[in-house]
Amino acid sequence: MHFRKLVCTAAAATLMASGVAYAETLTIATVNNGDMIRMQGLTDDFTAKTGHKVEWVTLEENVLRQRVTTDITTKGGAFDIMTIGMYETPIWGKNGWLVPLDDLSADYNVGDILPAMAGGLSHDGTLYAAPFYGESSMIMYRTDLMAKAGLEMPAAPSWSFIAKAAREMTDRDNDINGICLRGKAGWGEGGAFITAMSNSFGARWFDENWNAQFDTREWSDTLNFYLNMMNDAGPAGFATNGFNENLSLFQQGKCGMWIDATVAASFVTNPKDSTVADKVGFALAPDNGMGVRSNWLWAWALAIPAGTQKEAAAKQFIEWATSNGYIELVASKEGWANVPPGARTSLYENANYKDIPFAKMTLESILSADPNNSTVDPSPYVGIQFAAIPEFAGIATEVSQEFSAAYAGQQSVEEALAKAQALTNDAMEAAGYR
Amino acid sequence: MATQHSQSVARMMMAPAVILLLGWMLVPLTMTLFFSFKKYLPLRGGDLGWVGFDNYVRFVSSSSFWPAVATTLIIVGGVLVITVLLGIALALLLDQPMWGQGVVRILVIAPFFVMPTVSGLVWKNMFMDPVNGFFAHLWRFFGAEPIQWLSHASMPSLVMIVSWQWLPFATLILLTAIQSLDTEQLEAAEMDGARPLGRFWFIILPHLARAITVVILIQTIFLLSIFAEIFVTTAGAFGTKTLTYLIFQRVLESQNVGLGSAGGVYAIILANIVAVFLLRVVGKNLDA
Amino acid sequence: MARATTIRQKTITTIIAWTVAMVIFFPILWIVVLSFKSEGDAISTPMRVLTSAWTFDSYAVVQDRSDYFKHFFNSVIVAVGSTLLGILVAVPAAWSMAFVPSQRTRGILMWMLSTKMLPAVGVLYPIYLLFIELGLLDSRTGLVIVLMLINLPIIVWMLYTYFREIPAEILEAARMDGAGMRAELLYVLTPMAIPGIASTMLLNIILAWNEAFWTLNLTAAKAAPLTAFIASYSSPEGLFYAKLSAASVMAIAPILVMGWFSQKQLVRGLTFGAVK
Repeated sequence: MHFRKLVCTAAAATLMASGVAYAETLTIATVNNGDMIRMQGLTDDFTAKTGHKVEWVTLEENVLRQRVTTDITTKGGAFDIMTIGMYETPIWGKNGWLVPLDDLSADYNVGDILPAMAGGLSHDGTLYAAPFYGESSMIMYRTDLMAKAGLEMPAAPSWSFIAKAAREMTDRDNDINGICLRGKAGWGEGGAFITAMSNSFGARWFDENWNAQFDTREWSDTLNFYLNMMNDAGPAGFATNGFNENLSLFQQGKCGMWIDATVAASFVTNPKDSTVADKVGFALAPDNGMGVRSNWLWAWALAIPAGTQKEAAAKQFIEWATSNGYIELVASKEGWANVPPGARTSLYENANYKDIPFAKMTLESILSADPNNSTVDPSPYVGIQFAAIPEFAGIATEVSQEFSAAYAGQQSVEEALAKAQALTNDAMEAAGYR
Repeated sequence: MATQHSQSVARMMMAPAVILLLGWMLVPLTMTLFFSFKKYLPLRGGDLGWVGFDNYVRFVSSSSFWPAVATTLIIVGGVLVITVLLGIALALLLDQPMWGQGVVRILVIAPFFVMPTVSGLVWKNMFMDPVNGFFAHLWRFFGAEPIQWLSHASMPSLVMIVSWQWLPFATLILLTAIQSLDTEQLEAAEMDGARPLGRFWFIILPHLARAITVVILIQTIFLLSIFAEIFVTTAGAFGTKTLTYLIFQRVLESQNVGLGSAGGVYAIILANIVAVFLLRVVGKNLDA
Repeated sequence: MARATTIRQKTITTIIAWTVAMVIFFPILWIVVLSFKSEGDAISTPMRVLTSAWTFDSYAVVQDRSDYFKHFFNSVIVAVGSTLLGILVAVPAAWSMAFVPSQRTRGILMWMLSTKMLPAVGVLYPIYLLFIELGLLDSRTGLVIVLMLINLPIIVWMLYTYFREIPAEILEAARMDGAGMRAELLYVLTPMAIPGIASTMLLNIILAWNEAFWTLNLTAAKAAPLTAFIASYSSPEGLFYAKLSAASVMAIAPILVMGWFSQKQLVRGLTFGAVK
């Protein structure tokens, strides 16, 4: 008996000791964005370095959210690494569902992560997800069309300038829309854009007592301004356009301006995909003279669900994928313009990256976004284009559905805001805030 | 014929199927009922205690409930009307002698085998996209302004997509029914000088009555729970939120399992009301 | 043929029928065309699409990115496996209901059908928790079981309607020859039931292949079938019509071919014998 126990223990100990060299297979859930697909293609480099294999589950954003949320809340353990964002990380971290990333190797240099990103991916000062890429939002515009309209884009424009420029650049006969903006329902799509925009108009989601604020003048100003501008200068069907639709329109030369995620800059300036690659300029997202700009802050980050058996290997993968080494790997294969941006300070100090036309504006946009002070009037929540409370995603998706219906002309702005107000207060009451 | 012995053997043979289905029905049903009386918020720590009928009241009193019921009925009704009417027309057409009948049948039946997700994606992107979609090109070719299908005509678009998937089903069943029609009866009518319309109205249509009922009822079961088509096209925006979609939104997007489960119980009740009608009709056929 | 038709009539019918059929089939035809185009050509006007160069690029890209064959094999295993398992459970049940009916038979059949009406979304959490408990998450076994249960009512019903058509006299003749129940099942019934069983299987493979809720939500990497494969192409960045078309064609082609061969059985299967 004792002997057998001893053998078992010895075997287990040997297994554990050899754990470092033991090859694992990691299951990683990720979103089907360009940078992640590129990472998928480079997985061999990770396997060569560590011996661990990787199985990818690549899903469209909405399906991914649904899938990983189900798994994490039920502690399903289907994934060893999940790709999540700045909204999920603090909430999940607080619930103890993620492995704290507080013991990453010295080589990895956690301190190099941009403070804005590290802050948004932490709870109580502990990092729970490592940013694969980070983004803010900014204006991308066609320099040729701007010149043709006889205008010059200021480095930090106002909404009134944007509206004027959008109307002047519009040329319906040649299929050119002055401005392309998100209108698609969904909290991460049109909801994110309009929330960030409303911040610059002095609006907020909740007052300090968690009362919905959609009955305020600021919100109706935001929506009316957006809708008037889009009706005059936006593309057909903008109420169903999200990031991807607008990207494709811009690449085809059908937009004069586009205000969206800074990561789009590398796609619109890539001559392989974009017909307007050499005619794109950048500027900070507009403001309305109230001291808050309409740019957001977001990161797609890699996190390890608590309870995974493969924590060590998962950490190795995260260190590989979000390191400077990975950035250099991409740079050597695809050029510096295509490295995942917005995550590390050193990238913006790198001499090779300085020549990239959008580098400076991306960094400035990220640095000017402050999730803790996102609104003109004080608000009880953290987050710019979202409020970091568990109920937000559900509420904001319904609210943005009402907004999209207003964009499509199915209801008036007033009706949409009244419904948004009612359903938000309802949900907040159900959750016990009010 | 059935002896005591064969009865008991028969019972044993039925047992596996019955027990499995009983489990498949009871386990989730019990759990759904259990959750529906709880305040269960996974993102706030899970089980927060019993709340009685709160979830049931809240689900019905939400501003989205009645619109969702209406949307469900419009989609089911719209698809039924289109598939039955076009299905009859198509079945009559395919019943006529022609060259290449087999190939025509194969082409018409094809949409039924397309995954709902794929058909939603294909229609949304390749056809209904107001800029690059096929329809947009077509409209522009004729000098018209392209229709913004999924935002300005969301319900008709959705009904069209789902009808496309189900039209083959209706056609196939109605065609089979027409082919079983007694040709002598038709010929007699023809000799009596009955016009084609009269023949259709007084002979073919009554003969199709049972097939039509079957099409309506079986499609209803499947249509009540359509999900993928809405998820990939409008994601519930523009008034396309059905009851099924509303439950999805409550459970997965809002992460309110208790509220969603209460919605699930309502959906089960609704489905069973429909089921009673369906089973009555199909049940009659058992004895026929 | 008493219903004489002139050549002219037949020509007109043929033209109309082919036109209608092409309209209905067109979306599928169009994605096949787009899948052989470059991304840039795929979004241009239909005339340009047809006249531009043909290429296999999209298929290569999709295969390179998502390992089509892994998903394809999972779909095959899950669809065929759940059908076989379902047949195994359903044949005895349907046999006994058809040949040894009792007062309860009808009630049981009704009830089985009513289990098909549970809304899937509402029970996702309970089932997911159950799967974790049983260690079935992301396993083909788990999917085979769930899909078998979902389709079991239809399998039982279909088999029941087929079996009922086998004349009872044959059975009685066999019994008089002294055949036991097992022999009766093996040598008398099985040969007669094989066509029915085969068509039941065909229809259920199609239904299992296209099931997109459970197959997506209960899998991760190992057991993911083609429905998960499609979910990674639904809205990528930039131009994607050609890739989406190629992925769609790859996902539906196998079942489309199979469905065409089994169209007659479809009527039987889905109407539970109410229409013959």
